[in-house]
Amino acid sequence: MHPIRKKRLTIVLFLVAGLAIAVGLTTYALRQNINLFYDPSEIADGKAPVDVRIRAGGMVEEGSVVRDPESLKVEFRVTDYSASVAMEYVGILPDLFAEGQGVVAMGRLNAEGRFVADQVLAKHDETYMPPEVAEALERASKGRHQAADVEKAAESTAY
Amino acid sequence: MWQWFHKLGSPKWFFGIATRFMPWLLAGGLLLLAAGLVWGLAFAPKDYLQGNSYRIIFIHVPSAFLAQSIYISMAVAAVVTLVWRMKLADVFVKAIAPVGLIFTFLSLFTGAVWGKPTWGTWWVWDARLTSMLILLFLYGGVIALDRAINDEKSAARAVAVLVLVGVVNIPIIKYSVDWWNTLHQPATFKLTEKPSMPMEMWVPLLLSVLGLYLLFGWLACIRMKTEILIREQRTRWVKDMVLAGRK
Repeated sequence: MHPIRKKRLTIVLFLVAGLAIAVGLTTYALRQNINLFYDPSEIADGKAPVDVRIRAGGMVEEGSVVRDPESLKVEFRVTDYSASVAMEYVGILPDLFAEGQGVVAMGRLNAEGRFVADQVLAKHDETYMPPEVAEALERASKGRHQAADVEKAAESTAY
Repeated sequence: MWQWFHKLGSPKWFFGIATRFMPWLLAGGLLLLAAGLVWGLAFAPKDYLQGNSYRIIFIHVPSAFLAQSIYISMAVAAVVTLVWRMKLADVFVKAIAPVGLIFTFLSLFTGAVWGKPTWGTWWVWDARLTSMLILLFLYGGVIALDRAINDEKSAARAVAVLVLVGVVNIPIIKYSVDWWNTLHQPATFKLTEKPSMPMEMWVPLLLSVLGLYLLFGWLACIRMKTEILIREQRTRWVKDMVLAGRK
């Protein structure tokens, strides 16, 4: 390669590498601001500010959704499978909202550690499947779940 | 290998090659894209959660792929412009930047249309959506900078530097869903794993992606040929060709 071209190529490589490092460090320093929402474990650790409008996200815990029969109020727990946070919301939920599905809610954490949401968004995961396959999986996992429940019950009575 | 590389620098040689390849790119692209879209939009099974609304991925994913690939190819061309001062590399960047802008817009737009029924919102400032919006502005900036500088050579260098600066954004777009908490779901297709999607869904998706790449190739050839004709209008070979065509 011609020496001038070699020199130019080195400059270009340095430019790109330098920029990548600069941007990498900046985004690393700002990672908490770039994160769209707090995980339930971060909230449990007290990393999320109280009474400030924030977003919290995770999976809706199975069997935790309680709908108020008189109004649009819904209470549920959001978990990341290591900690969970109680949420309440008044309003219409997105169609994809369901137990075991992901949600991202916007609202405030009150002093009792409950998250009062004013907006709930459904978070979709990267799996797509036809309805028949989903049903088959559901049936298979129900069988497994029951077995797991029995085991869990046995464990809890043992203590 | 180097001889081939230097040949590529000749606008005349490229003009001939492009003319020869274009019908194949167009035919292959239309065929694959039509097959992928008809299969995906009409025959692929519904999704168990989203029903039919997921079908927008057959347009969203190919446009998003193209939006990023076009930028990467522009960055490669920018290195060639800066290091080898090859005219054709600059022609390429100038010709495809608007195409990239349109694909980026298309992926943002289809994403918003899908986001409304699925997530419950058109837009959210998460890392994936925001970095994609930055890509849109980068394309706009490249086009504007190129138009703002009259001198062809200085424009080429300025644009190449801007393109290279912006390329940092590409890995950010790609890995935003893994590095940070986002509303956007992680990638369904990974190089190392099986796609988390049944074959009846990913085959049509793959067909439309490939089809769109070929169509993009055709579009790039057409736009580059136009740009070459404008730039080389005073040269012998262009004059000869135009005269021969007029007869």
